[in-house]
Amino acid sequence: MEYAIEVENLTKKFGDITAVDHISFKIPKGRIFGFLGPNGSGKSTTIRMLCGVLTPSSGKGRVFGFDVVKDAESVKQNLGYMSQKFSLYEDLTVEENLDFYAGIYGLSRKVKEARKKELIAMANLTGKEKSLAGTLSGGWKQRLALACALIHKPKLLVLDEPTAGVDPVSRRVFWEIIHVLSRQGITILVTTHYMDEAESCDYIGFIFNGKLINEFAPPEEIIKKEHVKNLEDVFISIVERETNTKVSSSFQEMKFLEPDE
Amino acid sequence: MKRNLFNWQRFFTIIKKEFIQVKRDPISLRIPIVMPIIMMFLFGYAVNTEIEHIPSAVFDQSKTQESREYIEKFTASDYFIIKYYVSSEKELSELMDKGKVKAGLIIPASYSTDLSRNLIPQTQLIIDGTDPTTARTAMNSSMLISEVYSKNLKEIEIKKLGTSIASLPGVSLNSKVWYNPNLESSRFTVPGLVGIILQNITIMLTAFALVREKERGTIEQLIVTPIRPIELILGKLIPYIFIGYGGFLFSLSICIFWFGVYPEGNIVLLLVLGFLFVISSLSIGMLISTFANNQLQAMMVMIIVILPSILLSGFIFPMEAMPKAISVLGYILPVTYFLDIIRGIMLKGVGFDFLVHDIIALVLFTIFLLSIATLRFNKSLD
Repeated sequence: MEYAIEVENLTKKFGDITAVDHISFKIPKGRIFGFLGPNGSGKSTTIRMLCGVLTPSSGKGRVFGFDVVKDAESVKQNLGYMSQKFSLYEDLTVEENLDFYAGIYGLSRKVKEARKKELIAMANLTGKEKSLAGTLSGGWKQRLALACALIHKPKLLVLDEPTAGVDPVSRRVFWEIIHVLSRQGITILVTTHYMDEAESCDYIGFIFNGKLINEFAPPEEIIKKEHVKNLEDVFISIVERETNTKVSSSFQEMKFLEPDE
Repeated sequence: MKRNLFNWQRFFTIIKKEFIQVKRDPISLRIPIVMPIIMMFLFGYAVNTEIEHIPSAVFDQSKTQESREYIEKFTASDYFIIKYYVSSEKELSELMDKGKVKAGLIIPASYSTDLSRNLIPQTQLIIDGTDPTTARTAMNSSMLISEVYSKNLKEIEIKKLGTSIASLPGVSLNSKVWYNPNLESSRFTVPGLVGIILQNITIMLTAFALVREKERGTIEQLIVTPIRPIELILGKLIPYIFIGYGGFLFSLSICIFWFGVYPEGNIVLLLVLGFLFVISSLSIGMLISTFANNQLQAMMVMIIVILPSILLSGFIFPMEAMPKAISVLGYILPVTYFLDIIRGIMLKGVGFDFLVHDIIALVLFTIFLLSIATLRFNKSLD
């Protein structure tokens, strides 16, 4: 079986802090993978190493067989990335942003025009072509970012908390697009804190303190294995097990609003 | 998989994007117009080391035709302007304290009687020494005026004795000033200013342009693309080469057409070397951007570069007058060499042969700075 991503003992240290601690996993092509974990658990660091943004301290990462360090350029050519923060040019229009990334990925004029048309339609950006990106609202911006990440038809799409701070309607529209892309054969790696989004992934993995807690598995299997009702409970029970504290009781300890005795 | 070291399409895409951004940014477009105007007029007129019209007071205790003739010599020189006639030393010192006069001429009551008795009357010039430049001018010119005047008086007396001063031994020094015969300081300052403005515009705009990508997070999306640092850096440089060079041409025309400082030498050589200096300034701007995470930090680092370039480059103060250790600092600034070049061409009219050392230094600095900036601008966010 050919894998989209293969990771072996991938580790990243920032000084004394180990952000990612000997992570190993394999992701087959054409599926949606949800990467879950609390803030600061090492999700983004792992993703950034796979994208060639950060250099791993040790271990190996391969994307479509290309080494993320030695063959970073080939990895980048096959990868679309959408960061947590909107990172397109706000002083460029929707069309100019698309043109820019088309040029950066080396598309020919003909391919570019065709691709642009498709993406604008796919991302529901019709009519906004001449608007400055900075004037778009959250959901529009996020779909523009997705369109720019897809301009070079990447085989792997990496989304780092793509729907943070986006309204429910835009979130739904966005995920519908993600599923369409997946059906077209694009492998998708996504991090999220929304459990409804996680449940719609084909496989999910939990990361905590820089370590992978479970093997990647479909959400239903994980829920069954943990003997809980839903994914949110899995998330909480994993955090409780790992930190040896009860999350539910920690709310009780909040006494800020209670009168002092 | 073919691996080209430089992808022209990516390079042109960056250039195009940068031009669109400049076009939409009112500040980047206005700086090359507004900065030369403001700086040229401020510095062109304010940095003036020629001191004339020193406001002065006269305390004439003699009040004779002779004393008035002597005062007349002072006013005729243009160095002094008699603003007040006072009647006591106290009045003079009050005017001096208030800063209304910078010099006070005191003529003793015995002035004309001394002269008629062939004695040498003792006049006195009180000078406000707070500003040494003014004081020095006042001192030198007053001494010169008095000497010439007393020489004339002596000549009249000698003639009466039947001989002439020309028959007495002495040395006559005939001094000639080259390149700037009237010693106008604007001829020195204004061409230098063209260099300083060119440097400041380009450093500012380039530093801001790159830091902006970091500040707004747009660099993050660029890093995951296959773009190479060299393509990104050069692509971002090109638009600012145009803007910086435009600013250079504009301030050069103010220098020529407004201040009337025509280039004595080869203007083509100046235009070529101006281009070289734009590139070296761009590299400094790029380098600054690698040290700063936002535009505010970039501004602060810029001050560290721009201030010494004004003080230590020989723009205002001659490098020969600086202590050795300080003047060495001046020689690590590319602008120092460019000032030599622009003054050499504009004022002295010298050519390539005479400027070859400055040109080599400028070329080396440009290559050095550009390589360091490129190396430091690592694509990785590590």
